[in-house]
Amino acid sequence: MIVELGHFALVLAFALALVQSVLPLVGALREDRPLMAVAAPVSVGLFLLVGLSFLGLTAAYLTSDFSVLNVYANSHSAKPLIYKISGVWGNHEGSVLLWVLILVFFGALVGLFGSTIPAPLKAATLSVQAWVTTGFLAFLLFTSNPFERIPSPPLEGQGLNPILQDIGLAIHPPLLYVGYVGLSITFSFAVAALLLGRIDAAWARWVRPWTLLAWVFLTLGIAMGSYWAYYELGWGGWWFWDPVENASLMPWLVGTALLHSAIVMEKREGLKVWTILLAIFAFSLSLLGTFLVRSGVLTSVHAFATDPARGVFILGLLVLFIGGSLTLYAWRAPMLKQGGLFAPISREGALVLNNLFLSAAAAAVFIGTLYPLALDVVTGEKISVGAPFFNLTFGPLMVPLLLAVPFGPVLAWKRGDLLAACQRLYAAFGLAVVAILFCYWLWGGKAALAPLGVGLAVWLMVGAVAELITRVRLFDVGLKRGVARLVGLPGSAWGTAIAHFGVGMTVLGIVTASAFQDERILTMRPGETVELSGYDVTFDGVAPRRGPNFQEDVGLFTLRKDGAVVDRLEPSKRIYEASRMPTTEAGIHTAGFSQLYLSLGEARGDGGVDVRVYFKPLVTLIWIGCVVMSFGGLVSIFDRRLRVGAPTAARSRSKSRSALPAAAE
Amino acid sequence: MTRTDAKTMTRKQKRLTLIGAAGVVLAAAAGLILFALNDQIVFFQTPTDIVQKGIPHGQRIRLGGLVEEGSLRRSDDARVDFVVTDTTSTIAVTYQGILPDLFREGQGVVAEGVVGPDGVFVADNVLAKHDENYVPKEVAEALKDKGVWQGQN
Repeated sequence: MIVELGHFALVLAFALALVQSVLPLVGALREDRPLMAVAAPVSVGLFLLVGLSFLGLTAAYLTSDFSVLNVYANSHSAKPLIYKISGVWGNHEGSVLLWVLILVFFGALVGLFGSTIPAPLKAATLSVQAWVTTGFLAFLLFTSNPFERIPSPPLEGQGLNPILQDIGLAIHPPLLYVGYVGLSITFSFAVAALLLGRIDAAWARWVRPWTLLAWVFLTLGIAMGSYWAYYELGWGGWWFWDPVENASLMPWLVGTALLHSAIVMEKREGLKVWTILLAIFAFSLSLLGTFLVRSGVLTSVHAFATDPARGVFILGLLVLFIGGSLTLYAWRAPMLKQGGLFAPISREGALVLNNLFLSAAAAAVFIGTLYPLALDVVTGEKISVGAPFFNLTFGPLMVPLLLAVPFGPVLAWKRGDLLAACQRLYAAFGLAVVAILFCYWLWGGKAALAPLGVGLAVWLMVGAVAELITRVRLFDVGLKRGVARLVGLPGSAWGTAIAHFGVGMTVLGIVTASAFQDERILTMRPGETVELSGYDVTFDGVAPRRGPNFQEDVGLFTLRKDGAVVDRLEPSKRIYEASRMPTTEAGIHTAGFSQLYLSLGEARGDGGVDVRVYFKPLVTLIWIGCVVMSFGGLVSIFDRRLRVGAPTAARSRSKSRSALPAAAE
Repeated sequence: MTRTDAKTMTRKQKRLTLIGAAGVVLAAAAGLILFALNDQIVFFQTPTDIVQKGIPHGQRIRLGGLVEEGSLRRSDDARVDFVVTDTTSTIAVTYQGILPDLFREGQGVVAEGVVGPDGVFVADNVLAKHDENYVPKEVAEALKDKGVWQGQN
């Protein structure tokens, strides 16, 4: 019953999405207020209906209702509760439903909290959002119905892919989807602005918090996915340049560019046409990512059971939305008025540089990801483009960008003074040089480039701090007043500094973990010890153990440092009962920011086992840096100036208060 | 210094600087991409391809096929040797490391590495299926071409 209710809610949502697609837009074009006012309540209704539908599917999973095909194919009654819940989106249909849920969630957020946005823009934006929603609801209903029943229900389900039976599944997809799909609202804003033909600095002010919100989640989602792959897949790497990873990296790169170009638009009315284009591209790449992952074009951990009809349907949606928005852009963008010009050495100039490198990097990833597919289609030749390609293209494009990062915030708008900027960064430059020399002294010629990498990381981190300190003249005005000024800085200044600091942390983690990783691959027999980066790892034997829905062989390892036991690691090989599928669980010991990573291979007949041990110095900084970046984004969202909508509001509070209800209608 | 420069710059000059910078970055990126595409891509080959074409030593390739039944030998230091076959030709593979969970004799496999001077393929990366439904796509298609594919789709 509840399953039918969920299905019915989805059908109703489809009808409502059609209404929202048309009426508010017509209202916006005709300046018809009652029609525009339809948008907000309908967007909330849409969210409630899709939410109900999602709850319906969740209920089917919780009660292990195997008469539902989707539950039967992806669940098992013995599965722990948390995986019954996360299993809802651990399959094709459920994940698309989650996609749509987030799509309408963002629509509802704009409907409810977008009270400062002018009514026509808000109505048109929600209409465009509803176009996307309609497309994906149709995709769900016509090709990927999660509520399909089986006439004669089986007693037990087939179980969830064991790789997905991990807390990571509960966290990674929702975070990533909020990021991915969150970019839809920026897209809708951009298309709405093109339709209405009015784009000004205020547009950027309204759009930036939404972009930031999506970006924060996208960053967290990618970092979480990276850490999950690191500990679950047992290969010990944190990034594989897998096409599916690239599919999430591309919108992130363009989204990051968008975030920065929107600042120029907001503050200086510049880069309008470019910002709109980035907004379209960011979501287009999200759609492309969805297509790549869900259509079965790529074979990967993310490709669930595939069906050609779905691929064609998503491809159709892709062509419609990307082609449509770009055509609209080509037609309307030339009518936009150009913004103010600026000198090459200026804040705008630095942000343009940021955009250039990020876009070029995104293009490199795009070509590396799609070239093998294109070549296969055209010539039938099978090639693979792996890490070497991306290291050679993405790497060199990132280095100048990262070198330039600390300059951005210290340069003045319109016309910057490079000398003054350098003066504010003396300390950062000095410390970076000291770090480089120290590393050469410490490591000798072991890895020639690594000290430079460490220097770059120090430059980024200290540069971010230096910007704040020199901005409030902490050392000139005295500590007390300086701190008071620091506290009083706008959220966006803090957000920038924190996010840039996070970039430095991630760079440091990447450099040290790749240059100084210590690795041993060997066959160990009980009692044997291997020495690695100052740790003695002793293999004590293998013991069988039972989990809730799996059996495992656990390798028992004792970790000693200078003779004292510091940890016991228990990497294992699991066999899941439902699918008889084996998985590997790594054993990880964290010391400070570094990790010792132990992965188990096949057991030998004589009690020996193949073992792979890594020591990865400062590896956790890679992900902690991403978390810090996201936190910076979050701080920026709560900047007072972004929350108060219209530019006039800051000048006169009473005026803005009286203006708010009018705009909200 | 920069201040006076910027002041004397005309609108046109400013715009040209911007376009120039964009051109340089994009040209550099395009150059890098083309160079890397020439140099760093890895071709997928079946054992028959290797036997017939004679891949130069040291060139990285992806070798795909089935692991021949009974060919798996393990030795110390986590070394494994096995034979990859496409039912027409075979090639011996050696690898040091942990094999993927779903590596099985008689199943599809993709190994990445180089052909050594003795004709043995030295793999530095071995991929197998991610789950029961998944066979490396290239392998499935190569086997379909030979008419020995027995799976679904």
